[in-house]
Amino acid sequence: MMDKKILDILSHVADPEVPVLSVVDLGIIRDVVSHADGSLEVLITPTYTGCPAMDMIATNIRMELLANGYQQPKITTVLSPAWTTDWMSEEGKLKLKEYGIAPPLPKQQVCKQELFAEEAIQCPRCNSHHTRRVSEFGSTACKAQYQCLDCKEPFDYFKCH
Amino acid sequence: MNEYLFEYVVHLADDALILGHRNSEWCGHGPVLEQDIAITNISLDLIGQARNFFQYAAEIKGGDTTEDSLAYLRDVREFRNCLLVEQQNGDWGKTILRQFFMSNYQQLLYSRLENSFDRQIAAICEKALKEVTYHLKWSSEWVIRLGDGTDESHARMINAIDELWTYTGELFIPAGYEAKALESGLAPDITALKNDWLNRVALVFEEAKLPVPTAGFAQTGGKQGMHTEYLGYILAEMQYLQRTYPASKW
Repeated sequence: MMDKKILDILSHVADPEVPVLSVVDLGIIRDVVSHADGSLEVLITPTYTGCPAMDMIATNIRMELLANGYQQPKITTVLSPAWTTDWMSEEGKLKLKEYGIAPPLPKQQVCKQELFAEEAIQCPRCNSHHTRRVSEFGSTACKAQYQCLDCKEPFDYFKCH
Repeated sequence: MNEYLFEYVVHLADDALILGHRNSEWCGHGPVLEQDIAITNISLDLIGQARNFFQYAAEIKGGDTTEDSLAYLRDVREFRNCLLVEQQNGDWGKTILRQFFMSNYQQLLYSRLENSFDRQIAAICEKALKEVTYHLKWSSEWVIRLGDGTDESHARMINAIDELWTYTGELFIPAGYEAKALESGLAPDITALKNDWLNRVALVFEEAKLPVPTAGFAQTGGKQGMHTEYLGYILAEMQYLQRTYPASKW
């Protein structure tokens, strides 16, 4: 169980690319370790290998901890187990939807390998499932592009990973 | 230092880096905006994977070696990528086909390496496997879309197969460091991946109405540092800044 006090502090660190989500919502905080010498180590994991926001996230976590009086916090990146959207908090998924990004479906339902398979993604604006995929890729590594066929709005889908 | 391990990890990094760089050449030139974004997102994944492998290789090598010195300060003959990834982009069809061949291979390789006893290689591949699986799906769909598309797109895919097929055999012919990696139990037998790879090509090509070539001759040498003329041009562009202004930083 991670220290709730630290998690509360980290819940103020936003994802620079999807600022409505905190790093805690995103599920990338893997552990918080208090060392015997009093120093603090935060273990984070990248969403995607090439995610360019990771360096900034690590810096922002360090700044937030320093601002809260933790001396020389250490931020360590761990790769395994690999991050999955199943680690995103339910609160985070609600925040995403309100922000206009369709939240990821639970992993067991999707990540289908069969070709041309499309997931029924719900439009975050009008809640219709009558949507189509415009592209498997989007403005950031973690998103795909969809369009609602009822309200016609284009929207981002935080893809299942 | 463990020489074969270093070379093996550099090989994995170079494959990802050079394909990532090739794909990045599409930035701003994609056939439609969404696919421009798609191919450059794939670049981002691949360059991210290359960084992880390079960081590990630098750790193995020790001394002054860094991920940047490995990417920016080695010469052509020191690169260990296969010939396939350095081939020119050509048209969209050729780029798609190259991606399909390589993602197909990486997916098979990484799904074995994620169980390697080398914990760092296993962790990098566990992470990367999700990404290359997505690339494989995307590129498979595009091979089908183009192969079974118009007369023009079909003819271009036939052309792409003619140009690229001869470079696919190298993937399954072990270089010295791959043989040593197998011997030590670190890596899988890549010759044994060929059947699965071919079966997947056959499946997608059948749907795409494309013929699977029977020609068996394989161009080799890339994994040992003997490259086609193209790699030098890639490095000239990629390494220009670090060569001209050594050790400059952002």
